[in-house]
Amino acid sequence: MHKLDLIERTRLREHPDFGPGDTVKVHVRIREGGRERVQVFQGVVISRRGGGLRESFTVRKVSFGVGVERTFPLHAPIISEIEVVTRGDVRRAKLYYLRDRVGKAAKIKEKRQ
Amino acid sequence: MATRKGILGEKLGMTQIFDAETARAVPVTVLRTSPCRVAQVRSPETDGYSAVQLAFGEVRPGRINKPEQGHLDAAGVQSARTLAEVRTDDAAEYSLGQEITCSIFGPGDRVDVTATSKGKGFSGAMKRHNFKGLSASHGTHRVHRSPGAIGACATPARVFKGTRMAGQYGNARVTTLNLEVVEADAERGLLMVKGAVPGPAGGVVLVRSGVKSRKQAGAANG
Repeated sequence: MHKLDLIERTRLREHPDFGPGDTVKVHVRIREGGRERVQVFQGVVISRRGGGLRESFTVRKVSFGVGVERTFPLHAPIISEIEVVTRGDVRRAKLYYLRDRVGKAAKIKEKRQ
Repeated sequence: MATRKGILGEKLGMTQIFDAETARAVPVTVLRTSPCRVAQVRSPETDGYSAVQLAFGEVRPGRINKPEQGHLDAAGVQSARTLAEVRTDDAAEYSLGQEITCSIFGPGDRVDVTATSKGKGFSGAMKRHNFKGLSASHGTHRVHRSPGAIGACATPARVFKGTRMAGQYGNARVTTLNLEVVEADAERGLLMVKGAVPGPAGGVVLVRSGVKSRKQAGAANG
């Protein structure tokens, strides 16, 4: 895939460094009719997958008692900004086990500097 | 035969890019189209038809035999991996050794891409012809991927020619029609085409203006 780097590199977007376990705020551009507004989706990053332009990440939050997951392409133009809120201390790359946990059990330890 | 533009290239692989307007991801195949030069111009007077012969790529000097080297020298082309002809009425407008860049195509143009598809070997009817095969249960006996019946009984007492059965699949010349050009970067010699293109990454492909798009042909004439 290195041959494709030269196409992909110029299109990659700069984002702060974040990984699974981190709590992030994703600012999403939403187009309604002719207007455009920004919506914030805050939650825990439970996975990051793919590479280059095709890299994506999944954010999970619990909204009104219902688990909501959104997968974003990392380099998509609909993402206006990604903010890292807290760094999580986790031992896995994919935090799918959070889906089976509720309340305090689903809490992630914060990383100590 | 109308005028048709063409260029040879190498398939680099697929990726996706984001459409600026709709912000949607577009699957693209990236083709490297340089260096591509005119190796010969065919004219009705000398060859009975008009076409442009294109030379693409570079190979090590010893890899080209003398007759081929002589043919390339006549056009002032140093080296070529592949030669291919594009039939077009305006062949006389091309000159020997002229460099062809992917700027002949622009975003939105429709193109046909021809290449040798990946070889699949001797394949069964399910893979080769999309047959459904037989049932997984209900007493089917070790023939789950069989094509089933291939004809009637005493009349006609033979299998019709062309009946679809197992056999060699792939490794054939395949043309994908009407693909949209997403981007043509002549500086870096990269052509991006929406969707998939036959053959493996690293394979040589021939890109021609699309036969299905009359608008394209009209623009080329005018």
